[in-house]
Amino acid sequence: MRIVPLIISGLCTVGLVSVLNMQLPSKSGKTPRLGYFLSPQQGFWQNAEPVNTSFSTDIKTTDLKGKVDVYMDDRLVPHIYADNDLDAYYVQGYLHAKFRLWQMEFQTYVAGGRLSEIVGEDRVPTDRFFRRLGMVYGAEQTLEKMNQNPEMKATMESYAKGVNAYINSLQPEQIPFEYKLLDYKPEAWTPLKTYLFLMLMSYDLTARGASTDLQMSNAKNYFGLDDMNKLFPIVQDSLDPIIPKGTVYAKPYIVPKTPANVDSAYLGKNISPKFTAYNLPDVAAPDKDNGSNNWAVSGKKTKSGRPILCNDPHLGLNLPSLWYEVQITTPTHNTYGASFPGSPAVIIGFNDSIAWGVTNAGRDVIDYYDLTFKDSTLNEYWYNGAWVKAEHRKEVVKVKGKEDLVENIAMTIFGPVMYDKAYSNESTEGKYLAIHWTAHQASTGVKAFYDLNRAKNYEDYLSAINNWTCPGQNFVFASKSGHIAIKQQGAFIARWKHQGDYVMPGTDSSYLWQGIIPASENPMIKDPKREFVSSANQKSTDSTYPYYLGAANSFPLYRGFMINRLLTGMNDITPEDMQKMQMNNYNVFAEMARPVLLRYIDKKALSETEKKYVEILENWNLNADIKEKGSTVFVCMWDSLQAAVYGDEFAKAKLPMLWPDQPTLLESMLRGTGYEFADNINTTDKTETIDDDVMIACKRACAHLAALEKEGKLDWGVFKDTRVNHLLKIPALSRLHLPIGGGSNIINATRDAHGPSWRMIVQLTDDIEAYCVYPGGQSGNPGSKYYDTFIDSWAAGKYYRALFMKKEEAGKSDKMKWHISFSNS
Amino acid sequence: MKIASAILLTAFLGFVIGLYTSLPWWGFVVTSLLVSVAIHQKPWKAFVSGFSGMFLLWVLLAFLKDVANEHILSTKVAEILPLGGSYFLLILVTGFVSGLVSGAAAITGSFLRK
Repeated sequence: MRIVPLIISGLCTVGLVSVLNMQLPSKSGKTPRLGYFLSPQQGFWQNAEPVNTSFSTDIKTTDLKGKVDVYMDDRLVPHIYADNDLDAYYVQGYLHAKFRLWQMEFQTYVAGGRLSEIVGEDRVPTDRFFRRLGMVYGAEQTLEKMNQNPEMKATMESYAKGVNAYINSLQPEQIPFEYKLLDYKPEAWTPLKTYLFLMLMSYDLTARGASTDLQMSNAKNYFGLDDMNKLFPIVQDSLDPIIPKGTVYAKPYIVPKTPANVDSAYLGKNISPKFTAYNLPDVAAPDKDNGSNNWAVSGKKTKSGRPILCNDPHLGLNLPSLWYEVQITTPTHNTYGASFPGSPAVIIGFNDSIAWGVTNAGRDVIDYYDLTFKDSTLNEYWYNGAWVKAEHRKEVVKVKGKEDLVENIAMTIFGPVMYDKAYSNESTEGKYLAIHWTAHQASTGVKAFYDLNRAKNYEDYLSAINNWTCPGQNFVFASKSGHIAIKQQGAFIARWKHQGDYVMPGTDSSYLWQGIIPASENPMIKDPKREFVSSANQKSTDSTYPYYLGAANSFPLYRGFMINRLLTGMNDITPEDMQKMQMNNYNVFAEMARPVLLRYIDKKALSETEKKYVEILENWNLNADIKEKGSTVFVCMWDSLQAAVYGDEFAKAKLPMLWPDQPTLLESMLRGTGYEFADNINTTDKTETIDDDVMIACKRACAHLAALEKEGKLDWGVFKDTRVNHLLKIPALSRLHLPIGGGSNIINATRDAHGPSWRMIVQLTDDIEAYCVYPGGQSGNPGSKYYDTFIDSWAAGKYYRALFMKKEEAGKSDKMKWHISFSNS
Repeated sequence: MKIASAILLTAFLGFVIGLYTSLPWWGFVVTSLLVSVAIHQKPWKAFVSGFSGMFLLWVLLAFLKDVANEHILSTKVAEILPLGGSYFLLILVTGFVSGLVSGAAAITGSFLRK
């Protein structure tokens, strides 16, 4: 035996194995453990699903009371036929896990502030943010409340059991691809995880205020209330509200009392002598355009004589998709639509009798309070003239390869204290900011959708949604019996004017919420004379509604305006007409803004190149189609104009502040008011007017456009560059450079990585005729051919006919490719 | 002859131990080492046998998966790693990784016997 070479070769072997068994640092975080990842028997090769895979199988389990048959159609949409409801949700859980396990678990890691557990300390800021925001706290409140309802408790538990049955059936090599990439393993599912996921939706749809309230406070302290009312007005001239103008509202049940010292303690400029700016959270705020379109037309306007209902929720576009298409049939109901992997039931869809859809209400349901604590132990805070004891909540953040972090959060009457001395940045130092959010308050969460799945008529619809609290939604409704309706429902705060627009004093009860508006007073309308209902995140009512709805900048204006214009003019409508309408690329904002721009552009003062771009703008047909250069020119010019008008003031303030909205500038230009911001405060020799600003903006935009043209990026589709990102933002797992038009302010609200996440059209004929499509695929496995199957159709505006079949039909249909049977013996 | 049987045995035992997926991925280190102890060869020959056996096994297994999958996943992974999106390179790298480890284990086995 030769000792030295033996030792050397032995060490080499051990060394090689160790290195290949380690996650090595790389540009974008860490590599997988290469030896494991590349192993054909254990690693990613196992996730390379054969393209001719059969999904048919028989599953025996004692978890079920009856038999469940699942027919999978050629698009891999499951049609679940169960003997009873609990079995159906068990199977829905099983299928969600089978096709979307990594995604559904990952989303709960985000919501629950647990990313550092899987990726290490890089994600500590995100985790601390979500923990301190009270995401876990809110989910726990909901769990407790839902557990008081035996039907819902059993539903959630049956769903969880189904998920776990799949997880437990997995051999180590069968875990989804991303677990192998990031090197961790699935854990057991619990009902709490469903509520954590729903908290994430609440966050996405209502928690922009966690950032914007700070920005608005900075702006108010810098500009003062008078200028604020010009920069962030409450009224929009071109508003076409969800509930038609002129509707008469009853006297309000709650009349909130404005605090006596509101001017000195809240609304004034630089109210606090020790005022410092608020900095923003470490986590990007939810997207401003998280919104949606929905509408329903009555049979009077359709060719079939029956209502048609349409919905397209606009959210971040991700792979795997947020949505999973499913049909659930049991003796109690027969329902089809889009479900959330992570939650039982159908969220947007239709059943034998009705159809429903949702858009975001956009109302402000999240506020900050500035508290005074006796000392940094956070034991006592000042409230109504006395020191009051705070409770404490511990949140333990586990960090891969490091010690646990413990967040000690004071719980007060104003909510969890999000910012304190242990969680601060240089500008919140010394401040104690509590966050007050309706998502913290126990709700019956998914029960509304559970009931909608079973609703037979208008009354059922109304009683299903009336318990819905957060995130507030506009629930649109249509029934076979010919009714249409829309209601804005959620737990909305009865606010005095400007309550919660800025950080509020947190020392006495007069600033607390004084009540939730009764559900019966929430804006709603049924079978209106105009024969349609619609919503697109605009303000729900005109200013005669007796409650304060908040500053206008939370409410997009133009999609709703355009939808109502089109629907007013349409008759003999068919589902095909509705498909075209969801893909409508007409920019009504540009229709209003272009003449204003052109009015101030002095062509004589432009170079030949600049003139060329202005002419492109003049000749543009106002459609944001992929080949239209005019759309790119318009967007660049308008952005430049906003920068020319407000950029100087905002740069000088050196604070994180919210940027005024597009409609604000346009409407002030149309009114010929609000030009005090036109002057560039950095030039002392002259006072710029709006004419000067338009010319400056035009020239700057043209320089930019020339550069874009050189790169071949002048066409709108190329300029906008729509993509659907993988949740980990890995380009190879995403779909990039998609050929699709549309954009902000447009019915087809497709932006760069944001837009219609599910398009649905339901005609309520005797045999329901429904069409849908979403930018994803039914399988979450990047190694499956069903991973991104629908994306090209989605981009092209093509739809799939939903196969809404009875069990006997499905059993015989040649559209059904596979059969999974679940039985207990 | 010796080298051929060593290669085949390395591949066969590497495959068998690989079926036990709750063992670590490097289970073949043990089998490759045992093969080279059992079929004794000079160190360089032992390395070649150990390398080839596992290289061929992993290339073959990866190739079969990849063909059935029509390169959907391998193309994506070959962009992530990064190998310019080439599934061919990815299969070679896959084989090379196991070959290297197995070869090293086989040399060790060869020295162990001497």
